[in-house]
Order: sequence, then C-alpha cells, then structure tokens
Amino acid sequence: MKEIVVISGKGGTGKTSLSASFAYLAGAESLICDCDVDAANMHLLLDADFDKREDFMSGEIAKIDADLCSNCGACEAACRFDAIHRIEDQYEVDPISCEGCWYCSRVCPSHAITMETQKAGDLFVSHIKNNAQMVHAKLGFGAENSGKLVAKVKQTARNITKDSAIKYIITDGSPGIGCPVISSLSGADLVVLVTEATISGIHDLKRVHKLIKTFNLQAVCIINKYDLNLEMTQEIEAFLHDEDIKLIAKLPYDETFTKALSLAQPIVEYDKDCALSHLVKQAWETIKENILIKKGI
Amino acid sequence: MKKNNLKITIASGKGGTGKTTVSTNLSSYLASNNHAVVLTDLDVEEPNSALFIDAKLKETTICNKMVPKWERADCTLCGKCAKICNFNAIVALPSEVLVFPELCHSCYACSELCPTNSLPMNPVRIGEIKTFEATDFHFVEGRLDLGQEMAVPLISQTIDYVDENFKDTIKIYDAPPGTSCPVIEASRESDFVILITESTPFGLNDLRLAVETMRVLKQNFGVIINRYGIGNNDVEAYCQQEGIPIITKIKNDKALATLYSKGALIYPKIEHFKNSLDDIATFIGAIK
Repeated sequence: MKEIVVISGKGGTGKTSLSASFAYLAGAESLICDCDVDAANMHLLLDADFDKREDFMSGEIAKIDADLCSNCGACEAACRFDAIHRIEDQYEVDPISCEGCWYCSRVCPSHAITMETQKAGDLFVSHIKNNAQMVHAKLGFGAENSGKLVAKVKQTARNITKDSAIKYIITDGSPGIGCPVISSLSGADLVVLVTEATISGIHDLKRVHKLIKTFNLQAVCIINKYDLNLEMTQEIEAFLHDEDIKLIAKLPYDETFTKALSLAQPIVEYDKDCALSHLVKQAWETIKENILIKKGI
Repeated sequence: MKKNNLKITIASGKGGTGKTTVSTNLSSYLASNNHAVVLTDLDVEEPNSALFIDAKLKETTICNKMVPKWERADCTLCGKCAKICNFNAIVALPSEVLVFPELCHSCYACSELCPTNSLPMNPVRIGEIKTFEATDFHFVEGRLDLGQEMAVPLISQTIDYVDENFKDTIKIYDAPPGTSCPVIEASRESDFVILITESTPFGLNDLRLAVETMRVLKQNFGVIINRYGIGNNDVEAYCQQEGIPIITKIKNDKALATLYSKGALIYPKIEHFKNSLDDIATFIGAIK
C-alpha cells in the first residue's frame, strides 16, 4: 500500500477537486482521506454516506461547581486567559477562552473546579461513489488539536487498508504549513504539490516545499490555471527544475472545473472526454508510475 | 461614512475565496475616498497581503510570549512543575528540568506554584509585527516565526498593537482561514465580520461552518458572494432563509483573476469590481 498526499500551502488552488478526481479514477483500489478537518468538503464531491461516526475527544475545560464554590476569586486571579469572570455573584468559565491548563483547579481552596474532557469533533468512515471508502472528520467549533485529529484520520485509514486489497491511500492534505499539514504528510510515499500561476501561488509553493525538504519527501507538482499568467508559470517551472520536482500537469484556467463542482462531481466524472479530464487522468497515471519507481530503489 | 474607528474582520471558512483581494482593494478604495485606513494581515502563519501592496517598511516590533526558564540554584528537583504542566512542556529529569517553549501555553502555573521559585517567566520570541506605509493607507502584518505553533498570542498582540497605534482609523483585518482558534481571535473584538464565499456547493458548505462560528461568538456579520455567476443559487437562498445580509456580489471574471495573479490592484481597472467595493463601503457606513 502506498500513500499519496496532495497539498498546496494555501487554499483555493484546486487541491480537493484534484484529489477527488484521483479517488474517482482509482475506484475501489484506493481509500481517500480528507485531512482538511477544519473545513472539510470533499464529501460533497464523492457522495459520502457518513456510515460510521465516532466522537473525537481532546482537550479539557474547567467547570465550577456552584454548590462548592466559596466565591473567593482565586481562580479568576490565577487564570491568564481571561476565561473566568464573576457573573451575578457566581464565578463562571468562558469555554471559548479556557485553555485547559488546570491552574484554576489547582488553586481552588474548596475543590470546586473539575476539568472535563471535551468532545473536539467527529470522525467519519463513509462509502463513496465508485465503491471506495473515505475517512473524514469535522473539528468542533473553536477546538484546538486539529493536528491530532488529522493523525487520527490517517491512522483510521491505515487500519482499514491493513489486510485489504487497497493499493493507495489518497490524502487531501490540510491547508497551510502548520501542525495539521505536518500530520497530513506523515507516512507519505509521494507528495503532490498543487499550485496556481499567481503571485501568492508561487510564494506558498516555496514555503510548503521547505517543509517537504525538511521531511525528505519525494514530490511532484501540478500547476493549475497556468495560462492566467505565463510569466509566473515560467517562474514556477524554473523553481521546480532547480529543486528537481517533476511537473506532471499544467491545467488551463477552465470553467468546466467550476461547472463540475456546482454539480458536486469530480471533473473526470462530469465530462470524461474533455481536455481537462484527459490531463487529470494523465497526471494520475504519472503519479502511479512515480510511486512504482520509488518502490524499485 | 463617518465611522472613524470601526473594526471590520474579513473572514471565510476556507482559503482561496478572495479575502486578501477584497481586503487590499477595499483598504485602497476607502483611502482613495479620504478615509484613514489601516489594513492588518492576521493570517500570521502565512501572511500574503504584503505581496499585493506596494509599501515601505517603517517599523518592526518583536513579539514574545512568556515562558518559564529553569534556574538551578534553589531547585530541589521535586518534579512538581512537570506534574503541573498539562501541555507536556516541562520534563523533570533526575539532575535537571527541561522546558520546551513551543509547547508552553504561558499559563504561569509551573512558575507560580514552584515551591522554590525556580521557574521565573521570561520572554521568548515568537514572531514580529511589521508596520508599512503604503501610498495612501497603513499596513500592519503579524508574522509568526517558522516552527512556532501558537498563532493566537501573536494575533492578539497584533490587534492590540493596531488598537494602540492607530486611533481614529478604520481597521480592516484580513483573517486567517478556517473556523478554529485563530479566526475566533481575529473576529471576536470586531464590530462586524464580512464572510466571503462563492456560490458553489463548496462555498455553501464552508459558509455554513463560518456562520455557525459567528453565531457562537454572537458576532454581527454579512456575506460577500465572490465569483458570482458560476455555480447555483443555493448560497443566496441560504442567506435569505437565514436572514443574513448579502453585502455585494462580485462577478466571476477571468480578467480579475489575471490582475490578481500579478499582484495588481483590481478596482482601478475593472468597473464592476469597483462598484462592488462601493456597495461594501456603503454597507460599512450603515453599520450601527
């Protein structure tokens, strides 16, 4: 089993549309992971049925027992996050501000404060169109630890593929270059970098590439909307050449992409024979070949 | 419009919806209409606005967070600090105490509960705030150092910095993407939040998440529909049904995308975009 992780450094480059297309093309020989747990939306393109759900528990929040509380105010004085206030003669915790550090509960003389583990989100395993499975998640409002939830998504995917005929895990990575994206990249056999021919596209590509280098991962690249700015495309190509990253597709600015999206379909399902679909299919074949090359080393 | 001190956060559930395009162009447009404006890039993990602004760096302020520093002198190596720390930022070894600053949430518990005062809090650099002077408006950027994980302290320091240094100035905050802590920090103190979306199933999905977040925060908000004309009417129908004001609709336009790709200002060249900025300005003027 091989893991392919699609990332872009910034949102809106077409990462999800492409990952969903690859998953659609690979069918039941693949399993797909949506690691954008903060704003997951790949399920829309692949008709996920949300078959199995489990709670993701993470982080703690202080809770004050009004019956035990003597209103001494030690908790408010200790809290550095401005999360405890006296409201109508009773101290209360603002759950949005509480960081779960335990300081208040340690200094409370009447033992009125307990720490409660929070439900931080939901984890789903779904069946999708094309008879494949998908692992995805939804982080709760204001919750932290999206890196941990991403790790859980990936682990769940690996457990499913164990002793199965599944050949590829295709991961739609988290945006950015922070902790969640590092979690997304763990165990990757090949990273697919998606960028666009814009000033911020190349800027973010370079940033995310630094990360790939740190982890010594093999990467290929797809330039989206390459004809929006040919000079920028040339600049990106020069960068890829210098860094020895294979360019596997140049996709034009094409509203067929958006039309497919509006019908909640990957481009390769919406119009199998359009020019864009051919390019995406070719890219998927090249990805498979590149993984096989690595296997031979 | 006479709202001299108004704070507006521009957010979206997701990246790539046009936050930076609207923030930079709106700031320049308001400035060109004789308003004092400061634009602040709060996407401290990946600040991008500077790429679109021709501005001169004026000042750099180092940002710190407070982290305990082990002092050997009176330490009895009792290990209480490591037991207290709920973020695994302190490890007590038989002969020394190790602190991992990037894991520390600055709760002060270890420092203040240490029986021998062996962990005084010390400032540690997490990033910087840069102030720029553009031709007609001010621009401030928070930038987290690579490898730093906690964006929220820097976002809140950047907001405080702007509050202190720019009185009687309209404040536009370009928020980080998502619905978690960073965007909450960037939105909670604002007078109004503008959510940008597009009229596709993805746009609707992300908008719902963002709306959910704003409702929990009890924030006032409105919506801009970007790339209007693609997709379907579901976003509009959703906004009407939920009673959310649609501030403007920005037409889908390849010429606009091309200007964006070069990092150029858009409204001087595209009339319909300028009209949309005017809708936003009028809306802002009417905010109570």
